[in-house]
Amino acid sequence: MRSVAGAADDTAAELDRLIHERVRLGIVSALAVNASMSFNELKTMLGLTDGNLSVHARKLEEAGYVDCAKSFEGRTPRTEFSLTDSGRRALEAYLNHMEALIQAVRDR
Amino acid sequence: MANIHPIRPLPQEPTDPSLDLSARAMDNLRFIRETMERAGSFTALSGWGLVVIGVAGLLASWLAGRQHTAEDWVALWMVSAVVCVLIGLLTTAMKARGARMGLLTGPGRKFALSLAPPMVAGAILTVVLYRAGLSTGLPGLWLMLYGAGIITAGAFSVRAVPLMGVFFMIAGTVALFSPASWGNMWMAAGFGGLHIVFGTLIARRHGG
Repeated sequence: MRSVAGAADDTAAELDRLIHERVRLGIVSALAVNASMSFNELKTMLGLTDGNLSVHARKLEEAGYVDCAKSFEGRTPRTEFSLTDSGRRALEAYLNHMEALIQAVRDR
Repeated sequence: MANIHPIRPLPQEPTDPSLDLSARAMDNLRFIRETMERAGSFTALSGWGLVVIGVAGLLASWLAGRQHTAEDWVALWMVSAVVCVLIGLLTTAMKARGARMGLLTGPGRKFALSLAPPMVAGAILTVVLYRAGLSTGLPGLWLMLYGAGIITAGAFSVRAVPLMGVFFMIAGTVALFSPASWGNMWMAAGFGGLHIVFGTLIARRHGG
């Protein structure tokens, strides 16, 4: 059985800081259950401002966790986000970390 | 997608750092699960599924106009309703699978549970009105109750879903005060037209 301290250390060392942040965790979680979501849908659902969503989405995009497709609907620009395979794996790893941490406390 | 196990309550109040860490991990899991549920309900309905239901609705309206007895007319709409429910379930399941989301968990179940009460009320009232010889009131009743169900079920979905419900209720109200011979036309406009228009809108804007 792993010790709680061990699990905590592992978590601190391996935790994906990029998606640990609440807004980014929200973006990744929302995209995990939708093939794609538009900028406005994500903004409304997560209750974010334009600037806040832009900053966090760009960080996820730079890490290769999120794909961003820009297009035009008539004259209105439209931005669609989707989760990449790498992003999905990152979320799964994050979920596993959280579960391992809880389990370690329970098994104590 | 990784399995999210049900979160059990803490055995005791966190008193040391490791327990606090565990509480925060639980809070994170809860946040992920709630976000997924809300995001899933956003586009739970299949837009293309609604378009197919709309085409079936137009076909059923055309066939209904060719029936000679009230009994055949009601029977045809009952069969059409069952076929449309099956199309809806199948296409929504396909969309849910595409997004790796279970149909009977979270948003899908919530949607079905909200839609069911007006549908059950509609089925019972259909029997009552048919027995009383008031079949001509059925199109308005069906359109109104279906609209009511869609408004409540779609309350947490994209705006197009409850808006479609509002249009169904308007169509139902107008149908109830229109000449009886217009019944099939209102059914075609509602179950055919509204499904096709809003289905296309949802499919184009919300991923299928």
